[in-house]
Amino acid sequence: MNTERYDRQIKLKGFGPHGQEFLAQSRVLLVGAGGLGVPAALYLNAMGVGRLGLIDGDQVELSNLHRQPIYTEADLGKLKVDCLSRFLKQQNPKSSITVLDTFLHARNALEILASYDLIIDATDNLETRYLLDDACLMLDKPWIYGALHGFEGQVSVFNYQGGPTYRCLFPKMPEQGEIPDCNTLGTLGILPAIIGSFQALEAVKVLCDLEGVLSGKLMIFEGLEQQSRTIAFKRNPNRAIPKEIVAENYNANLCDSGSEAVSYESYLRERNSNQTALIDVREISEFENGSLPEARIVPLSNLKGTLDQHNSDGKAVQELFGKDTSRATRIFLICKSGPRSRVACSLLSQYFPEYEFAWIEGGMRSIKTTSR
Amino acid sequence: MKVLLFGVTRDIVGLAALELESSASNAPGTVGELKGYLKREFPDLKGLSSLAIAVNQHYAEDAITIGPEDEIAVIPPVSGG
Repeated sequence: MNTERYDRQIKLKGFGPHGQEFLAQSRVLLVGAGGLGVPAALYLNAMGVGRLGLIDGDQVELSNLHRQPIYTEADLGKLKVDCLSRFLKQQNPKSSITVLDTFLHARNALEILASYDLIIDATDNLETRYLLDDACLMLDKPWIYGALHGFEGQVSVFNYQGGPTYRCLFPKMPEQGEIPDCNTLGTLGILPAIIGSFQALEAVKVLCDLEGVLSGKLMIFEGLEQQSRTIAFKRNPNRAIPKEIVAENYNANLCDSGSEAVSYESYLRERNSNQTALIDVREISEFENGSLPEARIVPLSNLKGTLDQHNSDGKAVQELFGKDTSRATRIFLICKSGPRSRVACSLLSQYFPEYEFAWIEGGMRSIKTTSR
Repeated sequence: MKVLLFGVTRDIVGLAALELESSASNAPGTVGELKGYLKREFPDLKGLSSLAIAVNQHYAEDAITIGPEDEIAVIPPVSGG
């Protein structure tokens, strides 16, 4: 180990050469290479974590740059994990970086997580957090939670030395659409950097066996008031270790009748043989950054209002979504990764029972060759 | 009784904190009653299936009793990253 590189850390009382050795021996997986993942990865790598795994199937988009500042405009369209690992290797050539250009899901989670000592949740959705919570409990691995809402952030360490888990705080996964995400709400560039940095600090404490790990404590940081508040909570005695990971448990449950999920490939087949229409329910800024040429934009955030309007005006579906839809045998919905199109699908099926709707599973993320 | 709101509950209520008149006879006396009260006053909160409540910075189940001096925090899951 290059002791000069880590001199200031080794000098630090309470960390010292032991701490540095612990970091060098550690294997940390970052789930997500976005707003939280970038700062956490940069600092963990700089501080000397021996092995870092990066998992994310996303590509760099223009709307990412304000909060993921190691990506540049030259990286647009490239895989985030490739750009991030290139940077990390230059930053600290001694560290070993493993790249997985996919998303963590029910079928790959146990196998991927098994190779790491600690998992950092740098995801942007609740489904993956519930999956991480269950999989880490099964594998007996601690994980570091970080999440954002507007000017607020939450941080905690779950399943640390038998401590509480995410489900001890929030037992039941919210239904789709209950909790808005950053694509809808927006986020200030610096906020994820603050929360991701708190996560990196907790990671060091866990890996180096330091005091004060945020286990059994939820920290809520409020950026406008510059205040943080810590809530104490305990392990729920009814929290059983799951026996297996069942994929259906991590698709937010929705009481949807007649809304069907289809893959992008089966959409393409149907588009070629039948009259179809495609509605993109992402925000306009996301749509403008790359969309399918046949898609019409109706953001989910406006859809409810549009539908309520429809109810009072008695407008037909084609007036809302264009005349193409009048001939369509089926109307498809797409978003970034699936959740929003699923909600839209369910809503539209209720308002227009005479039409058949389907949502594209995996959304724009599942399309390998983008129209960018 | 001071009720601090976080995440989407703050957006729904439109305030960072509520001050409840806890001397009134219909004032909520338990965490469960407080949840019911908030959902009646702010019907959009009914849509939240997982809502954690902390009393004086400790997670609290529905049966926990609350009084005028207590500081309550309403904490929903947050999704962004």
